[in-house]
Amino acid sequence: MAHSYTPGLKVLKKTIFKKERILPLKGDVLVKSGDQLTPDTIVASTNLPGNVQMLKVSNILNIDPKDVVEALQVKEGQEVKKGDIIAETSGIFGMFKSSVESPVDGTIESISQSTGRVVVREAPIPVEVDAYVSGVVDEVVENEGIVLKSNAAFIQGIFGIAGEKRGDLLLVSSGPGEELTADQITGDMKGKILIGGSFLSLDAYKKALSVQVAGIVVGGFNYYDLKAVLGYNLGVAITGTEKLNTALIVTEGYGSIPMSEATFSLLKENDGKAASINGATQIRAGVIRPEIVIPIDAGNTDDDSSSKMPEGIQEGSTVRVIRSPNFGKIGKVISLPAELNKMESETMVRVAEINIDGKNILIPRANLEMVETE
Amino acid sequence: MSKKIKSILATDCGSTTTKAVLIEWKEDRYRLTFRGEAPTTVEAPFEDVTKGVLNAVMEVEELSGRTILDGDKIITPDDGSKGVDIYVSTSSAGGGLQMMVAGVVKSMSGESAERAALGAGSIVMDVLASNDGRLPHEKITRIRQLRPDMILLSGGTDGGTTTHVMELAEILAAANPRPRLGQNYKLPVIYAGNNKAQDSIRETLGEISDLDIVDNIRPVLEQENLEPSRDKIHDLFMEHVMAQAPGYKKLMSWTDAPIMPTPGAVGSLIEMIAKKENISVVGVDIGGATTDIFSVFEGKFNRTVSANLGMSYSICNVLAESGLDNVLRWVPFDIDRSELTNRIGNKMIRPTTVPQSLEELVIEQAIAREALRLSFIQHKEFATSLKGVQSERTISDAFEQSSSGQSLVNMMDLDLLVGSGGVLSHAPRRQQSARMLIDAFMPEGITQLAVDSIFMMPQLGVLANIDKDELKEDASQAALEVFDNDCLIRLGTCVTPVGNAKPNSKMADVTLTFGDGSVKEIEINEGSLEMMEHPYEEVKVHIKPARGIDVGAGKGEELESVIYGGVVGLIFDGRNRPITLSKESDQRIDSLLNWSKAVDEYPKGEMF
Repeated sequence: MAHSYTPGLKVLKKTIFKKERILPLKGDVLVKSGDQLTPDTIVASTNLPGNVQMLKVSNILNIDPKDVVEALQVKEGQEVKKGDIIAETSGIFGMFKSSVESPVDGTIESISQSTGRVVVREAPIPVEVDAYVSGVVDEVVENEGIVLKSNAAFIQGIFGIAGEKRGDLLLVSSGPGEELTADQITGDMKGKILIGGSFLSLDAYKKALSVQVAGIVVGGFNYYDLKAVLGYNLGVAITGTEKLNTALIVTEGYGSIPMSEATFSLLKENDGKAASINGATQIRAGVIRPEIVIPIDAGNTDDDSSSKMPEGIQEGSTVRVIRSPNFGKIGKVISLPAELNKMESETMVRVAEINIDGKNILIPRANLEMVETE
Repeated sequence: MSKKIKSILATDCGSTTTKAVLIEWKEDRYRLTFRGEAPTTVEAPFEDVTKGVLNAVMEVEELSGRTILDGDKIITPDDGSKGVDIYVSTSSAGGGLQMMVAGVVKSMSGESAERAALGAGSIVMDVLASNDGRLPHEKITRIRQLRPDMILLSGGTDGGTTTHVMELAEILAAANPRPRLGQNYKLPVIYAGNNKAQDSIRETLGEISDLDIVDNIRPVLEQENLEPSRDKIHDLFMEHVMAQAPGYKKLMSWTDAPIMPTPGAVGSLIEMIAKKENISVVGVDIGGATTDIFSVFEGKFNRTVSANLGMSYSICNVLAESGLDNVLRWVPFDIDRSELTNRIGNKMIRPTTVPQSLEELVIEQAIAREALRLSFIQHKEFATSLKGVQSERTISDAFEQSSSGQSLVNMMDLDLLVGSGGVLSHAPRRQQSARMLIDAFMPEGITQLAVDSIFMMPQLGVLANIDKDELKEDASQAALEVFDNDCLIRLGTCVTPVGNAKPNSKMADVTLTFGDGSVKEIEINEGSLEMMEHPYEEVKVHIKPARGIDVGAGKGEELESVIYGGVVGLIFDGRNRPITLSKESDQRIDSLLNWSKAVDEYPKGEMF
């Protein structure tokens, strides 16, 4: 049977979810293989080298760089406290001395005779990595971190903002086509992850921020509203570092678009359960999509990720149109003609014949996305 | 004539697709005979670039019926029925080459270092300079965050003061940066600054980095010496960056010449063509994430990368930088603005979709015009004469406000404009590619237009760079002949008189004499755009501009020249420079529709 491959987003009821939790620099791993983890368990820690302060000693003392050594009161490697004298001129008969004090607590890292500068390094900055999702340590990566394993339901969105958050899922919209409105968001939703339907307005997102909702999963959001949230126009879809209390995960795209049935019903099924989400998105080679991970019973280890792997569009598949015209509409594939077809734009492409609302239309295969159905 | 090289296999490993071409000696010249492509296999689950290369070569084998592979080895030499004489490759997989450069004065050694890095085919992540306004600790944080593949450090003229360049070295040392790929090797640093500081640099950076010292990039203020740095970047790209990428060690053992970064190869081809033909050239490659522009003016080569101006991944950034109004001015119909921004946003998050409706195509090409225009502005600002050079001025110069650091880009001098990248190469009609190039680059005088339809310039570039003595001559002949015969699709020539003219007034009389002796007269009027179909054949042209109007010989001066048609033909552009559109919506739409109609840009129907 003819088929074509499209990048489908994962919507998995049960899967073995694995995630690397790795330090930015080498350090200590605090757990061992097989250990049980909660999302807050610290799995690894290290110290990042502290900030450095560069002191232009020769300039401040008005002496030649090569004379700096003579004026120094400290040695390389010596610890200093804020206010300690680093260098001092001998003055005239012990009078009119000028000196340089350390601006911070730290260690003298280097002394340069060619530029007359002294480098003071501040105390190391501790960095910790937590487990993010509850599960077990599957593998220890020596000095770097771990690979976590968890039985979970797993959903990918198309776009998100803000990094890792956790909280209990709370179904707010009653159907995938329903907008999640500002007045539905109340103070008792603090720390929850809200599930909406087709759309979230800027006002509703602002309300969620104000009551400190942990995250929102919704079908669509307006592109131009992002500017009001982020403070700048989002030029390239690389996100995750925004300092926002409420992570936003959009499952379908920009505009008002009903959430896919499969996504909505899986979220609904897990209403009330604890989940970990991450809005980080990177649409480049090495794509990162935002994710929702809902750990489920450890005893139940069936993995449906293999059976539900997107097999590509086939005759009879349910697909969604992802570019205008007909954007967002869902239809069934009638046939996949092999030959190239000329579109209205005169572009020659491979197409699929789709039945949408009772009518058969030709649509470029590149503009279709699989909708996974149970 | 017997040739040492009878057949050449060349591949380009892009971040998504690996392309292979077969070039063969056919009677009296080299021709591209077959090409194949396959997905690049640098990332999981394959993690071996050679798999994609073999797949692409297998496609060439199937199409040509020629055996090239013996298992996973390329058969060399060509024995008449199987194998090829040489194999070369370029690569931009794994994000290409990412560098950080540093110089004492941002607009002097900093800019020279940037030029060297860009010319070598690198992405420049940041330019550090003593006078860039950042505090030392801010610079250190930045270096740590970026994790470049290598660093080029320059600064100071030979024998001059060493203090500033040493300060930069100390900042690098304090940051103790780690390379992007591979945790276990030292970061390559190239020092190309004041020769007097070399010993101190070794002392400061020798331990913590893999240091190489080359000749100063600015030995004296008046001179820029990019070659040694560029060559060293290419060597280190092979030794360090490529060697870390999965499968590249194997690929390197197959090739007969070093693997080059893709943009570096394109640049060197453009440089060679400009030199050989003694012409000024602009080449552009507009991709999904970035737009690269290459130019040669006055024999000087420049390359810029507009890192966030592209047609899919960074399409929203084009919108943010140009503004919606600038995009919409090229669209001859009304459209709901907020719906349009959502549509463009959706293209960013689903970058592989294609325009199905005519409306979508027109919008996409409007955005392309703006992406190209903005990238070219950045290029013009960067491609300048050396800054900080004192020139002797005579009393006559005092009346001209020229100074050092002026842009080398002079559109009246431009002879050839080459476009590549999906939106230009795969536009349904070639007229659309011609229009996008003209509207965005705004050529003046006589300019030939072309597109590189299958983006073969990288492979030809690396071929042109083979320096094994016995192969050199044949390889560069092959590169040039294939470039002329197979690589470019000649669109035609654009003739543009420039100067202040009243609306609709006559700007120039053009007399065209064709190969068969027939003659045709054409009038170019202000605000008009006309096209005449004519194939890629010589046409003698005599242009008589109106008073105060220039077509290349000076204001009001007549010009005799030879021009060429192409798949689009000859285009006569009377629109003022820069092209300005009426603020009145009706008038603007009228002009757009007339111009489209004149060149048969879009299919006729409700919209056009």
